[in-house]
Amino acid sequence: MFVAMSESPAFGVYIHWPFCLSKCPYCDFNSHVRRGGIDEERFAAAVAAEIAATAARIPGRTVDTIFFGGGTPSLMKPQTVGAILDAIGRHWTIAPAAEINLEANPTSVEATRFAGYRAAGVNRVSLGVQALDDPALKNLGRTHTADEALAAIAIARKNFERYSFDLIYARPGQTVAAWRAELARAIAEAAEHLSLYQLTIEPETPFYALHEAGKLVIPDDDAGRALFDATQEECARAGLPAYEVSNHARTGAECRHNLVYWRYGEYAGIGPGAHGRLLIDRVRHATATEKNPEQWLARVETHGHGLVVDDALTRDEQADEFLLMGLRLTEGIDPARFQALSGRPLDPGRVADLLGVGFVEKTRDKHLRVTPAGFPILDAVVADLAA
Amino acid sequence: MPSPFRGGMFGPVPWPNLALPPRTPDVIWPAMATAPIKNIRNFSIVAHIDHGKSTLADRLIQLTGAMSEREMVGREQVLDSMDIERERGITIKAQTVRLAYRADDGETYVLNLIDTPGHVDFAYEVNRSLAACEGSLLVVDASQGVEAQTLANVYHALDAGHEIVPVLNKVDLPAAEPDKVKQQIEDVIGLDAHDALMISAKTGLGIHEVLEAIVTRLPPPKGDRAATLKALLVDSWYDAYLGVVVLVRIVDGVLKKGQRIRMMGTGASYEVDRVGTFSPKLTPAEELGPGEIGFLTASIKEVADTRVGDTITDDRKPIEHMLPGFKPAIPVVFCGLFPVDAAQFEDLRAAMGKLRLNDASFSYEMETSAALGFGFRCGFLGLLHLEIIQERLEREFNLDLIATAPSVIYKIKLRSGDELQIHNPVDMPDPMAVLEIEEPWIEATILTPDEYLGSVLKLCQDRRGNQKELTYVGNRAMVKYDLPLNEVVFDFYDRLKSVSKGYASFDYHLTDYHAADLVKMQILVNAEPVDALSMLVHRTRAEGRGRAMCEKLKELIPPHMFQVPIQAAIGGKIIARETVRAFRKDVTAKCYGGDVTRKRKLLDKQKEGKKRMRQFGKVDIPQEAFIAALKVDV
Repeated sequence: MFVAMSESPAFGVYIHWPFCLSKCPYCDFNSHVRRGGIDEERFAAAVAAEIAATAARIPGRTVDTIFFGGGTPSLMKPQTVGAILDAIGRHWTIAPAAEINLEANPTSVEATRFAGYRAAGVNRVSLGVQALDDPALKNLGRTHTADEALAAIAIARKNFERYSFDLIYARPGQTVAAWRAELARAIAEAAEHLSLYQLTIEPETPFYALHEAGKLVIPDDDAGRALFDATQEECARAGLPAYEVSNHARTGAECRHNLVYWRYGEYAGIGPGAHGRLLIDRVRHATATEKNPEQWLARVETHGHGLVVDDALTRDEQADEFLLMGLRLTEGIDPARFQALSGRPLDPGRVADLLGVGFVEKTRDKHLRVTPAGFPILDAVVADLAA
Repeated sequence: MPSPFRGGMFGPVPWPNLALPPRTPDVIWPAMATAPIKNIRNFSIVAHIDHGKSTLADRLIQLTGAMSEREMVGREQVLDSMDIERERGITIKAQTVRLAYRADDGETYVLNLIDTPGHVDFAYEVNRSLAACEGSLLVVDASQGVEAQTLANVYHALDAGHEIVPVLNKVDLPAAEPDKVKQQIEDVIGLDAHDALMISAKTGLGIHEVLEAIVTRLPPPKGDRAATLKALLVDSWYDAYLGVVVLVRIVDGVLKKGQRIRMMGTGASYEVDRVGTFSPKLTPAEELGPGEIGFLTASIKEVADTRVGDTITDDRKPIEHMLPGFKPAIPVVFCGLFPVDAAQFEDLRAAMGKLRLNDASFSYEMETSAALGFGFRCGFLGLLHLEIIQERLEREFNLDLIATAPSVIYKIKLRSGDELQIHNPVDMPDPMAVLEIEEPWIEATILTPDEYLGSVLKLCQDRRGNQKELTYVGNRAMVKYDLPLNEVVFDFYDRLKSVSKGYASFDYHLTDYHAADLVKMQILVNAEPVDALSMLVHRTRAEGRGRAMCEKLKELIPPHMFQVPIQAAIGGKIIARETVRAFRKDVTAKCYGGDVTRKRKLLDKQKEGKKRMRQFGKVDIPQEAFIAALKVDV
């Protein structure tokens, strides 16, 4: 096997905090509302136990990135975050320059904890701003206003050397002109990084039912394409070019944790419904934990971990995942690594066809990358190369 | 319990039933006493689909005790042994049962019922079955009246010199109009129907009268026991344990086990292993005498070695003249059959071999298509035959198939003076070298309730038909049209059913060839011709059909990463064009939290979808697109 020599060395730890104060109607992530509150210490202890169990399987790693995602991790007390970081540090080595991310809701209450998170070790926050327009925020089910979000951004700016925020566009009725104006305001507030996601209707969400019933109309493919193109243009002009389909950053300010995923590196998934890719004896394992928080808790307390999936991936599966992730990046993929993972080269005929129509290109360092013309239809490009 | 009809013991199981464990012939029943020739009645039943032929046969079997009540339970239409036959209410292979009936005159009669195929595609087989009988029951639904198919078959029966007993079925239904239907039989067919039997096969009403009429109104066969063997080969089928089983009607002489026989049409000779009759199970007998209908086996390996309509005689002292009417089966409709999954090609070949064991009228040879890969060019007796074979391949052998446009045999006269026959548009020579193309024509008879007449006439006109005759019988119209067969093979029957809400009935026979202005129309996808979609079509019809096919393909070919032009062309001239638009946006916005598994599963689904498509150049064409494009309604 050539796996080890061709792997990217970075290692990331993802911690999933599955609780929210309310569910947003577009969201299909593993998030749960617990009106009666939760036993935060007990969950934190289970997270620490799962970290220990994972570290026993992949010992000796140096942790380059940590990401608290959710759910709403900014509902955690700062000392809980600190306890979890301590647990990571006990079982692995945290690199001195590690990127430690936390997702936060931009409400006034949560912003009061930012200093505490910073003190606990968090050095980058990602705020779920979603829109800078109050009616749109309301429609998206967000509990904060645009002003509140701007205030939270200001607090983040004060507390963290690095911060990013998310916006959702291609919202019902959104015009290209309105989006350009909103995006310009966002860019003015951004420091180094923005995540800009097109609204996607996911199955089993309230939006899905509304969409099916014709009560929620989102921009069609042509309009979606125009919005996507406008996004690329505005961000590039502002010095925040896309480095991934929906992520924009100044050079060097990319989210290193997410790059671990996209570069198909090694990462541990801790907490309810978290996914990991672990290299155990040079074999890449896909792991996933129990999604329901209480059941996950019970499993961890009984077995020491909440794993429900632990599959050794075949070469073909790894090759598919590598393409799915790697081609999302503007840096593209190294075809040699594809071959090392899959045991076969990329189909030269398909590559030639895609080069011919200008959806992919070769870089000077022999990488294959998707072109600006190819990104809007990336899924089709990947399907073509993977088939 | 496994039905005796599917295990290979009952004659007309037309292919080996592979699902059942091997069975030895121990279920062959003991022989029934032979009867003097004056007590034999050989008859068939002429009826339209759904008019109750099979139910009547069930009742006759039941009433004469050929099968016990227990055996009959849950076995409607015992003579239709194939699923397809039962589902469609049609008989594909001739089926026979020998009934012993003690008549009111105190004598015991042997009644041989041959259930004939009831569809135009099998007209020749119908004729041979009728030739084995002296009389027919004409079964007509007392509310529906005479249909086109009934008409055709009753004429065949009259041609065969049959005595015909009209039977009105379903007289118990409220909609029954027996008097009107009797009048119709007299007007349309010219048969005296005043003493037609009034029955309900379903309830059993009048069945005794039917049996008595068979005995009293149908003539016994004639034949000379002392003469040399002369027998008609009515049908044959393959049995996994007995080899080929041949259904015969003895005309003169006696057929015995151990006898050396000769097939006069093929010249082949065989030693007879077994003779016997149908109970309907195969029942061995010492011999078959003149007038008898029964079976023989003679270690014949393939059904293709036996020809329906052939004459069987004694190999040592053969008779001089064959029975009249022998014709080899000639396919008239052709199409390509390709496996959807190229890996199923060998399975398809094996399945065709198995079907062919039992159906010598179906032919196939390997064909390669740029669009569809490896497959077979197949010949059929007609459209129904095509559908049946395709359906059996899919159903019994679990194959997914793509069928190309049905074609007929064209005669092509070249400028060089040579002539050739083609049935595959791919074989069409350079138009510059062609002097003239001739296509086969048919005479079609259509019966329809008069409210649909306008639509039926329009359909026939649209299909280049020439009206020959239009007559009314009550509120039903009967039209005769000369039609080019290539317009009929293309969806005509479905259209006829649709414009008449299923009420029109249709029958045809081939007449002759006429010159026609035919052109080869090609469909180009992304500027490359798709061979599987090319067809010979009349020049006046090309543009309309080309446009309809392009529109259909545009609908069914999914968007690609680039625009896909779809064109119809005659030679270099584009006559229709559509464009499949390119994707504008197809990208997952958020790929979150390292859950690649979900994305990979979506990708697997996408791959599965692609597998169901045919890669043609850089374009993926779904198999439904091929099928739908060939079914466009123009």
